[in-house]
Amino acid sequence: MYPVSITVNGKKRRNQVDARLLLVHYLRDTLGLTGTNIGCDTSQCGSCTVLMDGKAVKSCTVLAVQADGAKVQTIEGLANGKMHPLQDAFWEKHGLQCGFCTPGMILTACDILQNNPKPSDAEIRAGLEGNLCRCTGYQNIVAAVKDAAGRMAKA
Amino acid sequence: MGSRIFGSPIKRREDPRLLTGQAKFTDDFSLPGMAYLAVVRSPYAHAKIKAIRTKKAAAMDGVLGVYTGQDMKDAGFGPIPCAWVVPGSDAKTPAYPPVAIDTVRYAGNAVAIVVATDRYIARDAADAVEVDYTPLPAVTDAEKATRKGAPQIHADVPNNQAFHWKVAGGDVDAAFKSADVVVKERIINQRLIPNAIECRSALAQYLTSTGEFTLWVTTQNPHIARFLLSLDTGTPEQKIRVIAPEVGGGFGSKLPHYPEDSMVVFASKMLGVPVKWTETRSENYRSTIHGRDHIQDVEMAAKKDGTIVGIRATVWANMGAYLSTASTGVPTILHGLMLSGAYDIKNIREDVYGVFTNTTPVDTYRGAGRPEATFLIERMVDLVAQKLKKDPADVRKKNFIPPFADGHTVATGLTYDSGNYIAAFDKALKMLDYTGFRKKQAELRKKGEYVGVGFSTYSEICGLGPSAVAGAVGFGGGLWESAVVRFHPSGKVVVLLGISPHGQGERTTFAQIVADQLGVAVEDVEVIHGDTERTPMGWGSYGSRSTPVGSGALMAAITKVRDKAKIVAAHLLEASADDIEYADGKFSVRGAPAKSKTIQDIALMANVAWNYPKGLEPGLEAEAFWDPPNFVYPFGSHIAVVRVDAETGEVRLERYLAVDDCGKVINPLIVSGQIHGGIAQGVAQALWEGAAYDDAGQLLTGSLMDYAVPKAEFFPNFELGETVTPTNVNPLGVKGIGETGTIASTAAVYNAVMDALTPFNVGKIDMPLTPEKVWRAISGARR
Repeated sequence: MYPVSITVNGKKRRNQVDARLLLVHYLRDTLGLTGTNIGCDTSQCGSCTVLMDGKAVKSCTVLAVQADGAKVQTIEGLANGKMHPLQDAFWEKHGLQCGFCTPGMILTACDILQNNPKPSDAEIRAGLEGNLCRCTGYQNIVAAVKDAAGRMAKA
Repeated sequence: MGSRIFGSPIKRREDPRLLTGQAKFTDDFSLPGMAYLAVVRSPYAHAKIKAIRTKKAAAMDGVLGVYTGQDMKDAGFGPIPCAWVVPGSDAKTPAYPPVAIDTVRYAGNAVAIVVATDRYIARDAADAVEVDYTPLPAVTDAEKATRKGAPQIHADVPNNQAFHWKVAGGDVDAAFKSADVVVKERIINQRLIPNAIECRSALAQYLTSTGEFTLWVTTQNPHIARFLLSLDTGTPEQKIRVIAPEVGGGFGSKLPHYPEDSMVVFASKMLGVPVKWTETRSENYRSTIHGRDHIQDVEMAAKKDGTIVGIRATVWANMGAYLSTASTGVPTILHGLMLSGAYDIKNIREDVYGVFTNTTPVDTYRGAGRPEATFLIERMVDLVAQKLKKDPADVRKKNFIPPFADGHTVATGLTYDSGNYIAAFDKALKMLDYTGFRKKQAELRKKGEYVGVGFSTYSEICGLGPSAVAGAVGFGGGLWESAVVRFHPSGKVVVLLGISPHGQGERTTFAQIVADQLGVAVEDVEVIHGDTERTPMGWGSYGSRSTPVGSGALMAAITKVRDKAKIVAAHLLEASADDIEYADGKFSVRGAPAKSKTIQDIALMANVAWNYPKGLEPGLEAEAFWDPPNFVYPFGSHIAVVRVDAETGEVRLERYLAVDDCGKVINPLIVSGQIHGGIAQGVAQALWEGAAYDDAGQLLTGSLMDYAVPKAEFFPNFELGETVTPTNVNPLGVKGIGETGTIASTAAVYNAVMDALTPFNVGKIDMPLTPEKVWRAISGARR
């Protein structure tokens, strides 16, 4: 077992973990933050995407010990008293159906908008290449990210 | 009615908890003392099990138990039942033990289960179980499996023929004799992997003291799951509670009852602790059902003027190694009966051979049988047009069933409810500017640029369905639906449903219906589903039935509530019930509108019953069960525009236009979302997706690394239009929309690629139309 100290959604958490424990299982099973989902085992689907030190990572491909000392943000930490503009936009634009890929989509979208606050449709579609959705055909997800960009520019 | 929320694109009430991570999917649940189950699976597609050595695994720290198929059998856990056996087809249903005994029949077939205190330990221990196999020859191709000398998969099923089903209408042979042209094609409707983004999961808590259990499971139909679990776990139905919490997509793949559902119940019973199993994606590719997989030999006969006079087809439908829950209904009832689609084709004959192979079982995947029918007919119509050198749009128009509002019986015996196919097609052609497109296409061809247009003008059967028909076609259950409408004393409403949506948004749309019909604010209505202990018996969500059938039950319950409220209102207003009028949540005395009571006033009085009609039951609540008189038949016209790069074979979908008609629309936002997602899945079959096995039965497309689930950048924005042709089948005039996109889009895209390739004269290319295949076809034709 190895000690880790990870700041998750602003709170410092200290735990003893197995070397092989994946960050996603640390979040879900150790901390009980089940908003981060697991949809595959080959890092294709992006359901487990979280922000680590501000960057979108697939938490199924990161070991908990690799996150030692890092700041991790999950979907649970996104709303700050009120919904994040991305959450509002996904709601408004019907950017989700079953909602399973949604936390990962939203955190990837955070990363996209941090780097490119006014993306085109094509840039959004390219930016979402690491996230799979089987319900929406992506159209309303793209619309939601675009709408969120507008909301964030105004804010 | 005053303000109507029916028809408004209101935001979904499902969303806030999904957007914030507060939603709970099955794998999100943990119980005190919970253990984790892992499955040891066969690496061979077909083998005898010689020995299973569990000692090493059992001795590992944290391992609670290791079990085999024989252990489950000894504990009274029986085979997984097939719940749809189509009559008149000489169907064979060999036993499907949840964990294999003696023989494995597909790669991924369970051979042992391991339970441990931690998911990682369970996985390690599963790898430590040693199994000796004697490999047997395998077969994966449905047609080859029926040939002499093919490996026999089940000892008591000669030639691996699970069933032979036939449908015939009209005089097919005479029609073919009278025809001017006959076109023939062998269509391979390839195997697909459903890929709901949430893999399956099941958590069982068995109480050994009472013999009851609760199962949290990724299912589309908790009541069916309970019914089937009572059969194979030996637990009486009243001692089973099945909960479908948030379910992360299904697309038919979470309809079946699966071996793992039974395994967790068994393990929990053996160990006296809650037991959870969660599938990995690679495991999902082998153990969750696949879809499609038809080989279709088809002939279509037509007159010179383009009139189609007959269809003859032989289909080999690959069922996989065992018959999964609803499997036999898919290539038969849901496919063969729909062979004439939107066209007036009077002579049809089809023979369907359901065949066992050494592959993962095949069952209901979005559209289930109807995409295979629609592709067949839409491709053949294009081939007829090609042969007659006619415009494929004109051939379609020539053959459409003329508009009808109250029933049209087709050659296979089905009676469609309502349709106006030409209106939808004309609208789609206009959206495209078809004439303009053909001009542009010709100009581009001169420049060496290849664009193509493809049509798919479909009608499909859904809203399953009348229970008497379900019984007649061998479905092992009813297909009615149920609803409870309950007023609380405060005037707020709770609705309990037998359906079990998993992304389709009925918590919102059904609240919209209640709000309008009972005159309450939509925010005052809560809709609950997915728990057999809270909701009335119902048959679940599949076959685009939740809205057309579920809303029928809801309307029946609403009517009962309103009728009762009227009696209470009459009492409170000191009038005769016959003189009470209802509008917008208010009951008033005819001719004296000032004398009125709101539904909230009545709800309070009905709940406290202080001043109440004599003999009337207290409470304002009604339960209703509703059996639809017919299926519903949504329809529409889809058009794809593609560009093919002749140098690389790459196909780019440039435009996609869809005009769908699902009757009256409750929430346009939700309907358009269903259409978008459906289109994406169908386009994916045409261009990217296909499950592939090698001859030994190894799944070559064994993970998301190898199986091309499409990404955002593969698609343009879809352009949607609509026509509205209500149905008389249910009170609200609504039809299902969950599957139309998938049913229609594969053929539209395929036909578009073939249209783009016309100058190359390439002949047939099997789906998916990957760049390599298209490039090979072009370069082969050039040579």
